[in-house]
Amino acid sequence: MSTPTRTPAGAPSSVGGPGGRIGDDAQRPDGVLKVRGEFAYASDLWMDDMLWGVTLRSPHPYARIRSVDVGPALAVPGVHAVLTSDDVPGEKVYGLELADQPVLALDVVRYQGEPVALVAADHPDTARRAAARIVVDYDVWEPVTDARAALGHPTWNQVHDAPAAVTELSRESAHLHPHGNLVRHLKVRKGDPEPTADVVVVGEYEVGMQDQAFLGPESGLAVPGEDGGVDLYVATQWLHVDQRQICSALAMPPEKVRLTLAGVGGAFGGREDLSMHVHACLLALHTGKPVKMSYNREESFFGHVHRHPATMRYEHGATRDGDLVYVKAEIFLDGGAYASSTPAVVGNAGTMGLGPYVVPNVHVDCYGAYTNNPPCGAMRGFGSVQTAFAYEAQMDALAAELGMDPVELRCRNAMELGSETPTGQVVDSPAPVAELLRRLVAMPLPPEPATGDDVDLRHMPGGVSNTTHGEGVRRGVGYAVAYKNVAFSEGFDDYSTARVRLEVVGGEAVATVHTAAAEVGQGLVTVEQQIARTELGVDAVVVHPKDTAVGSAGSSSASRQTYVTGGAVKAACEAVRGRVLERARGLVGRPAGDLRLDGGKVVSDLEGVALPLADVLGDDAVEETVEWRHRPTQALDPDTGQGFAHVQYAFSAHRAVVDVDTELGLVKVVEMACTQDVGKAINPQAVVGQIQGGTAQGLGLAVMEEILVRDGRVQNPSFTDYLIPTVLDMPPMRIEVLEYADPHAPYGLRGVGEAPNISSGPAVLAAIRQATGLPLRRVPVRPEHLTGT
Amino acid sequence: MRLTCTVNGDRHEVDDVWEGESLLYVLRERMGLPGSKNACEQGECGSCTVYLDGVPVCACLVAAGQAQGREVGTVEGLAGPGELHPVQEAFLEAGAVQCGFCTPGLLVATDDLVRRSRAEGRRPADAEIREALAGNLCRCTGYEKILDAVRLAADRMAGEAR
Repeated sequence: MSTPTRTPAGAPSSVGGPGGRIGDDAQRPDGVLKVRGEFAYASDLWMDDMLWGVTLRSPHPYARIRSVDVGPALAVPGVHAVLTSDDVPGEKVYGLELADQPVLALDVVRYQGEPVALVAADHPDTARRAAARIVVDYDVWEPVTDARAALGHPTWNQVHDAPAAVTELSRESAHLHPHGNLVRHLKVRKGDPEPTADVVVVGEYEVGMQDQAFLGPESGLAVPGEDGGVDLYVATQWLHVDQRQICSALAMPPEKVRLTLAGVGGAFGGREDLSMHVHACLLALHTGKPVKMSYNREESFFGHVHRHPATMRYEHGATRDGDLVYVKAEIFLDGGAYASSTPAVVGNAGTMGLGPYVVPNVHVDCYGAYTNNPPCGAMRGFGSVQTAFAYEAQMDALAAELGMDPVELRCRNAMELGSETPTGQVVDSPAPVAELLRRLVAMPLPPEPATGDDVDLRHMPGGVSNTTHGEGVRRGVGYAVAYKNVAFSEGFDDYSTARVRLEVVGGEAVATVHTAAAEVGQGLVTVEQQIARTELGVDAVVVHPKDTAVGSAGSSSASRQTYVTGGAVKAACEAVRGRVLERARGLVGRPAGDLRLDGGKVVSDLEGVALPLADVLGDDAVEETVEWRHRPTQALDPDTGQGFAHVQYAFSAHRAVVDVDTELGLVKVVEMACTQDVGKAINPQAVVGQIQGGTAQGLGLAVMEEILVRDGRVQNPSFTDYLIPTVLDMPPMRIEVLEYADPHAPYGLRGVGEAPNISSGPAVLAAIRQATGLPLRRVPVRPEHLTGT
Repeated sequence: MRLTCTVNGDRHEVDDVWEGESLLYVLRERMGLPGSKNACEQGECGSCTVYLDGVPVCACLVAAGQAQGREVGTVEGLAGPGELHPVQEAFLEAGAVQCGFCTPGLLVATDDLVRRSRAEGRRPADAEIREALAGNLCRCTGYEKILDAVRLAADRMAGEAR
């Protein structure tokens, strides 16, 4: 097998040195390569004689394909192949949970941007020009673009001030898939089905479609193998679930479809589904040459799933003292054209959609629908982000109705250790929800905005655009709290595999950690080194390139890798250590019950033993491979949604301080403060980095980020028109990290990455509401929502 | 067409450059210098920031032919082999690198800011740092640790000879 000239670089050993153990601010093993510009991201891969692949995509959100003529493209000099669905040798549809998405369009396209044909050529522009010459004859149909209409449910009226109505989708083409337009309906039922309460608040809310906007575009390089198989170097979140789907499409066994992780420029859920994976493999196998595919930014917007837009109706009932009596909720998630991970997103939104509060009586219906909008699936926070905007707005509305302080209302109803969730699960590890909020309240507030001659425009809403010197500017402060399930739920067999080897190389003890867990920027490679150093008492730890030569690690999703792959690495290290110490006992010839590994030696404090590992191991390597699982979860009851569905929860809370120019509708976020319980901070610097980054993505959804879709067509597929926060948009942050160990988890740790992404946006909304007095039922908030224009 | 320019002090001559290619494409695909990144290729993200005759530009917005006869500086040229520039060290120590895709562009932009302020005998204020980096998107960090890194680099470089 030949490998790319720029291969995915394996992490070098020993960066960070003896300091890099559990609990230290260890530095990334790939950091030096990244700052030198030498880290091989997927889009950097290159081989002599490689071809470039491009994708022709449907311009229509919904159409039948009458015919495809690839002849004009094949005639372009430099073109090596043009492929359509006829060239897919295996299963022609794929998917993470349901196989319903065509590898290349079959007879019907169901969203704008659906791949129709592929071209490979010797220059990317040649391939693009050739693709433009493919003639596709479409019979264009009217798209289904509203999730509730797709399911035949009435529309509501508060969000858009429109009368309630049922849209009749009587035409035959309005049923997008043979099994209908419903992907999943989750019912959660608990307690009294007809509860009454002293005080009731009702609200309807809408969340727009957010994009992951990772910076490294979808890219990879497929290399045909001498055995008739293929090697794919690709940026992804879960190599083995990719491999399963690629094998299915290519009709090949796993040993012929070998994947290696190329450098990943961020993921945030957007790399859970396949993008160019099968396409590049098809082109490589067809041409017998290496084929590189790399999307540009516009294609990236069409090349991955997005966060589900949501419409939600909530009814909260409470006693006059502020105890929650019941919550009723209807949640509609627009899954777009194909299922992707919609079933699991519905599971999360439905089971955690009431927030970290104790609610005795629950009636939740959560629906995922097919429409002709862009497919939606995984994004950081996964179903919990959308619902948090609704349940936290409701808590503020309820507090206002009761005349209570919003933080006090939350603390009064907060989950704690031993509480029962709406799905009947007893919270069996610390749940410091109230403490997170009270710590936020105790933090100092930023100084009041300057006025008059002291105004620095750079600190004003509108900035140096010079739109205000403080006139019409009002400050608001808002709080929100979130919880999120960690790892995969609902009975999924969620495991990771780690292979750990200990040997002496050139007189130095070296551990090698081999997992398939995707490093996407979060710092898992650092954590793997820290665990191996801690458990094996060595400084030099090599992180093997991530590939399918070792068993599955599961997905770099759901805040799960430090927990699950961390648990696997820990277990494999323990197995290695057990064998090494057994050898050492044989050499010592005594029981030596307190033997441990430290500083590259076998040490016994009681008996004064200090054997260098070189003496114990000689030329042998001790290697163990361990498949590790967290305790099992259960499927939810189909009628009541009750069950032990989640293995762990992560909790975070935010306080947002905003200045709003109420005349122009401009928002300046002045400060974000966050408290989060992480159980155990394996790498405190990286933990804080996750909180800061998650906060930014939540802020982005609150005030600026939305893929605008009109009649099924994306209006803003570029960083010119889809805005993510810049350094000017992000305020200073205050962060407190709590460490209440979860007794069920390795080292007591909790998954970190998603929770702060969930609580940040609702806190910003609460602050803007406080500043303006407006109900603000839709995110992102735009200037016209604030000015009423 | 043939393109001749100096990159990181070395003279490069490449043939068969198509007129529609950007400086970024030529650096990445024809000169073997993929350090400058291709996140948006439309001048919005700053991940391809390079020096052109000493001035930071988005290499994706420079037509290859515009670099003819000029001096280009990329992230690969910030430090010599086996060395790290103080800005690179600061980004690593501050934890400013996660996925790292924005890092090369931010390093060049930071180097430019710190050099300019050092030439004026001062360290950049926070508001000035934010303004200087406003054209560089980062999706992972929320920018706090990038600001930490710039302050750290400015402190360290202030002590060096100009």
